[in-house]
Amino acid sequence: MKRLCLLVLGLLLAAGLRAATPLPGDSVYNLPLRLTTQEGQQQMLSARRGRPQLVTMFYTSCQMVCPLIIDSMRLTRNALDPAVRSRIDLLAVSFDPARDDVATLRSYADRRRLDPRIWTLARAEPAQVRRLSGVLGLQYRQLPDGEFNHSSELILLDAEGRIAARTTVIGRLDPSFVKAVDALAAGP
Amino acid sequence: MRARLALVWLGMLLVFPAAAAQYAALPGGRFVSVLPADGKAAAAQVAPFRLRTELVTNAEFLAFVKTHPQWRRDKVAPILADARYLTHWTSADVLGEQALPRQPVTRVSWFAAEAYCESEQARLPSWYEWEYAAAADATRRDARADPAWRENILGWYSRPSTAALPQVGGIANVYGVHDINGLVWEWVDDFNALMVASDSRDQGDPDLLKFCGAGALSMQQKENYAVLMRIAMLSALKAADTTNNMGFRCAKSD
Repeated sequence: MKRLCLLVLGLLLAAGLRAATPLPGDSVYNLPLRLTTQEGQQQMLSARRGRPQLVTMFYTSCQMVCPLIIDSMRLTRNALDPAVRSRIDLLAVSFDPARDDVATLRSYADRRRLDPRIWTLARAEPAQVRRLSGVLGLQYRQLPDGEFNHSSELILLDAEGRIAARTTVIGRLDPSFVKAVDALAAGP
Repeated sequence: MRARLALVWLGMLLVFPAAAAQYAALPGGRFVSVLPADGKAAAAQVAPFRLRTELVTNAEFLAFVKTHPQWRRDKVAPILADARYLTHWTSADVLGEQALPRQPVTRVSWFAAEAYCESEQARLPSWYEWEYAAAADATRRDARADPAWRENILGWYSRPSTAALPQVGGIANVYGVHDINGLVWEWVDDFNALMVASDSRDQGDPDLLKFCGAGALSMQQKENYAVLMRIAMLSALKAADTTNNMGFRCAKSD
């Protein structure tokens, strides 16, 4: 019992320390960015601090490469050691806030069977989307027909929100990226 | 009565200091850009908008930094502004000899420029808005076909980048917008959307999944290389980058 108390105390202290530690300067969580998830919940991007994240940007009406981006996220997660799989979260933010409202994101998640305990699909206000693409180093541009030109990448953030690895390999596994995710999620 | 009017006037002066930024109304319309809207040939549609008549100056940016200390050079997160950010100022809140109050502010990142414009209830102009405004000269809305106009702009590129920047308030174009060509490079909102392939032969490559959709854009009007150089410059930058000659002005939707 005493040991349990000590453990709880230790955990509380650790949590307190984490909250008090300033963000590293190169963390994307320095960007004040409000996301709205497919569940309709508001969340600051920085609220994801504490666990490694696989991040990408996409949009639901995209017929060409975006389904492959989501597939690649899933493939990458599934390629991890089962013990470390549960230590990372997946986040996909829409390029297209005008059409990707909460209901659209929700039905997309349902259609693609994206478990909300693992996947967060999110939207942000248009100016904020451009800023997110800026910190992630992604490019996008809306075309006259409403489609987007955009870069397709998976980005690995460490628990502090620093970009730890990225890949432009889409549609199949990138073994070196999987290795990077595995190493980070497994921890020291 | 007169006294009350004078008081109201005085109050207005206090609320809207003389330094309040001026914006010019631009009508917009169909615009043939060097970047086709669909990556092939489509003209751009520019909605009516307002553009700051002058570039943001060192004095204006200093006032912003004082009210938004998270943008001081000693406070800003490196992911939002690189190590050169505002280094020509004497200190984090003093301009000094290398940064005169009426010179355009430079060594600012895209994130910092965005934040400044937001503080003015404005935004950065889009590339199309900027290019549309910059196509004008003192008398014509579209002077781009005039070889003398092009020569004039190219002349600016040959000015040594080590020379001290002139102050704002130089030549105005037909809209009343000053210094849009010939003083500094300018950030645009969608600087990371221009996506010009370094080699246009890449465009037909089916393995090139790096860009979704219509693929990388191809550039038109090869003779207009003064404008194309702007695009090359913007495309080479990241949002946290700062350079000696990159400044900005803000825009508002009408």
